[in-house]
Amino acid sequence: MAESKKVQGDLVLEHVTKTFGDFVAVDDLSLVIPKGSFFALLGPSGCGKTTTLRMIAGLEEPSSGKIKIGDTDITTTKAYERPVNTVFQNYALFPHLTIFENVAFGLRRRGIKDVEEAVEKVLNLVELSHLKNRKPGQLSGGQQQRIALARAVVNRPALLLLDEPLGALDLKLRRQMQIELKWIQTEVGITFVHVTHDQEEAMTMADTIAVMNNGKIEQMGSPADLYENPSTVFVANFLGQSNFIEGSVTGTDGDNLVVDLKGSKIALPKSRNNAKGNVLKVGIRPEKFRLHQANEKVSGNVLSGGVITDISFFGVSTQYLVEMPWKQELMVFEQNDGGVPELEKGDPVALSWEPQFTFALDGNSN
Amino acid sequence: MAIAHSSSTEKAFAPAKKSTRTAYFLLAPGILWLLVFFAFPLINLAETSTKTPAPTFETGEFVQTFRFANFFDAFAANQEQFFRSFFYALCATLLALAIAYPLAYAIAFRSGPWKNFLLVMVIAPFFTSFLLRTLAWKQILGAEGPVVSTLQFLRILPSDATITATAFSVIMGLTYNFLPFMTLPIYASLDRIDYRLLEASGDLYANGATTFRKVTLPLSMPGVVAGTLLTFIPSSGDYINAQLLGSPDNFMIGNVINSRFFRVVDYPTASSLSFILMATILVLVVIYIRRAGTDELV
Repeated sequence: MAESKKVQGDLVLEHVTKTFGDFVAVDDLSLVIPKGSFFALLGPSGCGKTTTLRMIAGLEEPSSGKIKIGDTDITTTKAYERPVNTVFQNYALFPHLTIFENVAFGLRRRGIKDVEEAVEKVLNLVELSHLKNRKPGQLSGGQQQRIALARAVVNRPALLLLDEPLGALDLKLRRQMQIELKWIQTEVGITFVHVTHDQEEAMTMADTIAVMNNGKIEQMGSPADLYENPSTVFVANFLGQSNFIEGSVTGTDGDNLVVDLKGSKIALPKSRNNAKGNVLKVGIRPEKFRLHQANEKVSGNVLSGGVITDISFFGVSTQYLVEMPWKQELMVFEQNDGGVPELEKGDPVALSWEPQFTFALDGNSN
Repeated sequence: MAIAHSSSTEKAFAPAKKSTRTAYFLLAPGILWLLVFFAFPLINLAETSTKTPAPTFETGEFVQTFRFANFFDAFAANQEQFFRSFFYALCATLLALAIAYPLAYAIAFRSGPWKNFLLVMVIAPFFTSFLLRTLAWKQILGAEGPVVSTLQFLRILPSDATITATAFSVIMGLTYNFLPFMTLPIYASLDRIDYRLLEASGDLYANGATTFRKVTLPLSMPGVVAGTLLTFIPSSGDYINAQLLGSPDNFMIGNVINSRFFRVVDYPTASSLSFILMATILVLVVIYIRRAGTDELV
């Protein structure tokens, strides 16, 4: 396995398709994951993200297409011959081996010398070297998770795959592990490919996120990119929440398009318009809205004539549902920082937002 | 004051008491069963083992003289059968292991939709009596049977050779009869192995053979230990196979005990032999479990 050391570079998927009977799990997927990056495959369950990961790991063979690391084609290489390691969803630690032997497993199989030192080092990295003589069953979920990570990282693979690694942990521990994982990735400099259905987890850790749906990639980009300028309704709703209002382009004003939104004229930056035609689905994130009393003078993009139908208090913020004259309910998040007028259910209100936060999708998309 | 105190204590402990009572209640049938069918006969056996023939020398009449030398005499007179028993049982256990492990592995990992059917096939022999099946083997392997005549026809066996009445046929019979006891525990422990552990092993640079050696086999050890015990223990006490498939030269300690009890009517010797057999097996089993180191795995 000496050549596995030399296999380095970007991970490339070329037209990868995987079918199970009639079901297309992964549909003609092409993707480049740059070396050293923290990449997240994000999507709902059944979208094909885990199948993609298993194909990269060598646990499934693609029905067609190619998988490469740098210039080396690994499409048909056996799992045990790939310079790829996985942190499994349930950790899959060997129950009959001590923590030390679990971590040393991959090194011993490759006949590497100085196992002791390498294992000790990686156990220090995850701060669990004092548990090395225990068995996995004696560890907590969070500790097992770290050992699973250590067992993979110790091999210094070209690629580290993480299959929903934090799914079984409670919220507080998950947050802590997100930060640790990111730190460890920076520390060891290995390419991480992280599969998750948790958008917050993906956004916290990844440099690049690919949002998957029905075996295809819907959109790929940095977390901020995907959030601020989603190109499909699916992405807009999977990463956070969005209000969509139907509108049509009526003119141009400098760098902005003038859009008629149910009778109100609003501005939409040209760069944030993903639609081809003149019929638009205009998107505004709930937290971008500002609430105003009906008689207040407001500038920017404004929608008036709303009535508050529901108020939910979340602590840091409050969620309002505002019914518009065209009977659509819009969602509004306001920070509880005193900047919002005292409002009650039934109060008439107007909504405003900064034009640069507007985005638009094709009117026919859904 | 004292009354009030005790009643409040009683209340506080009531749930705990109730659950202990339930536990005893549930255990009662089992304990009763053990007392009637195991403890009492065992005490009776122990008592008989140190008796000596009654002064009247009437058959079946013995008096208690606490003659512990009975044990030494019984062992000295039947050493050969003792060692043969353990040797045959060991051979049968190893053979059964060699057959059962691949079988259990195939059923657990490679049988697909046939799994349940194959498991039923493993247990199927139990639908007929142990004695009948052994008699069937006597027919099959007998001098006039199909196996011997075919082998003789093919000149593999000389014309005067037999298969029955040899150590081979006794060990074969033991292996055959106790094979399900070996297969089922091994199957159960293999079937319980999380498939993802095998994937993890592959992911960590272990090929198929190494994964078997380092992951599958160690994780199936509880089944192997259980299976070998369930085969070895009854095999070493068995007498049916030696009687039906062997000759007096192949008799095991079970045959001696049987004949001492029912033919010679020498109860003290039979009891002593039974005790020695029991003690030896117990010691062997304890050593075996210690060495297999499966305490924490089971």
